[in-house]
Amino acid sequence: MPDTAFWAVCLVVVPLFFALICFVRSDQAAVLGLLAAGLNALAALAMTVFFVRSGPLRYAIGGWQAPLGINFSIDGLSVLLVAMTAVTGLSVSMYARGYFSLRIGSAGEINRHGHQRAFFWPVWLLLWGALNGLFLSADLFNVYVTLEIIGLSAVVLTALSGKPAARLAAMRYLLVSLLGSCSYLFGVALLYRSYGILDMAALARLISPAPLMWASLALLTTGLLLKTALFPLHFWLPPAHANALAPVSAILSGLVVKASFYLMLRLWGDIFAQVLPFAAYVLLGVLGCGAVLWGAVQALLQKRLKMLIAYSTVAQLGYLFIALPLIRLDPGSSAWEAVILLIMSHACAKSAMFMAAGSIFLKAGHDRIDDLAGIKEVLPISSFAFVLAGVSLMGFPPSGGFVGKWLLLGVSLAGGEWWWGVMLVIGSLLAAGYVYRVASRLLVFKVTFFSRRQSIPPVMEWSAVLLALLALLLGLLAGYPLGLLEAGSPFPLHACREVMP
Amino acid sequence: MNTLFLYTMSGLALFAIGLHGLIRSSHLLRKILAANLMSSGVFLIMIVGACGTDQVMIDPVPHAMVLTGIVVSVSTTAVALVLVCLVQETTNRALLWQKRKRGQGGRTDA
Repeated sequence: MPDTAFWAVCLVVVPLFFALICFVRSDQAAVLGLLAAGLNALAALAMTVFFVRSGPLRYAIGGWQAPLGINFSIDGLSVLLVAMTAVTGLSVSMYARGYFSLRIGSAGEINRHGHQRAFFWPVWLLLWGALNGLFLSADLFNVYVTLEIIGLSAVVLTALSGKPAARLAAMRYLLVSLLGSCSYLFGVALLYRSYGILDMAALARLISPAPLMWASLALLTTGLLLKTALFPLHFWLPPAHANALAPVSAILSGLVVKASFYLMLRLWGDIFAQVLPFAAYVLLGVLGCGAVLWGAVQALLQKRLKMLIAYSTVAQLGYLFIALPLIRLDPGSSAWEAVILLIMSHACAKSAMFMAAGSIFLKAGHDRIDDLAGIKEVLPISSFAFVLAGVSLMGFPPSGGFVGKWLLLGVSLAGGEWWWGVMLVIGSLLAAGYVYRVASRLLVFKVTFFSRRQSIPPVMEWSAVLLALLALLLGLLAGYPLGLLEAGSPFPLHACREVMP
Repeated sequence: MNTLFLYTMSGLALFAIGLHGLIRSSHLLRKILAANLMSSGVFLIMIVGACGTDQVMIDPVPHAMVLTGIVVSVSTTAVALVLVCLVQETTNRALLWQKRKRGQGGRTDA
């Protein structure tokens, strides 16, 4: 009888196995990739069902216990993020199927497009397996390995586009990622030296203030901030995300940056929460405010659609960091719920947005925002998907973004630190500005639009719409996933509560 | 000043030299070498951690971690070298900050 642990192992093994098969049988890559995506979504669903039934779990793979073996720790947070990855990944996979067959079908440079498809599927499945592994891992060294796999495959996917700008962006991404993981590994080494253990749950009990601990925390945090692209370390993100192929941009912006933020959440919300002073959280929150402002202003100034979306990612990551001091401030759990909601709705909305932008790019042949006026005449569904996703990013009700920001606003007012709330509102207004700037071009102006003759396959348009709708409805359905968080992940809430006076 | 302290300090020095090289040197090959130097420094510090305070019992876990780390480092270097070749191929120089006109730098792909 399969149980939670069985499905958790499947979530790592299935994508990795199919990645290998895809690599060998590159002529069948798309079919195999879609099959793997479907199986992976099924496994995620099954794991969630068993998790609801039997609660959180620790599992030692092959019966090898902690220091040398690989342990999984399955709690509410990891289940939610695995589910988020599965849903977003499945729609991106369907989109990618349409995307590559359209590009291979179109004239010119057939070799290059076939080559892109042959490499996209194995590397994307590798990335998917590593993401699942990261969310399920119980110790910090396994997390390092999965982080490296995520970083490497993300770089390869970025470079896939083959354009000089994309190759340079990939190179920069790789160097930043190398620096980040080296710093993280240094932090892990110092932690192991001081405590002789790397298990996250055990570390949370052992942590006590000491010089070596502060050094390792600083190194771990620096590494993760580099990888999460928190302002002012975001410089590598916009070119990498904007110059990649459309499905790759969706994966990078929706999922990859969330992986390192998840670790930040574990470190700052749980493991080190006992010893960290509030001022440290405020520092991260202030950097988050900087990201919200800088990202939104840059997004307003961009001339190209994909650059605008990429800078919007910088801004939206800022909200997640603003939530960190609020988690600390909050006596209850609503800040936790808010941050999870923001992560999930941003993953859906931003992937949908990049997918819609990719369809628009293919149809129009460019992505200059000023020249996109009237494209809704030829691409009504994709324009609709873009605007729907934009609504979620702006934080209008009933989107998941709205509920998340509303909860954070409540926490900041209740805690007497209203300025965080003001930043959230300013950020939303700026987001409304840049989304409106595009939406007004896409929807309002009535001009005849000259487009390429190739028609976008329905699967590309509808997968974006469905994902955008999901982001929008997340606000209405929020109760269910958040219940999962409450049930399965008791530890972070207590860890914070004990420190607060 | 014992041997372990010396090893730790050498590890730190390697890390620092690598960090400096990674940030300051402009040629991509140098940057990759510097990143390798950094990870060697970290591995050295990890291995020193394996030798406990009593110096009799050797802890096997850091060895496993360093072995994994070396594998990761080799594969990262391989990917980085391929990327350098690609960058060199498209831009004719292996530099990160290419001299070019202000603006977004070229057309992008969908």
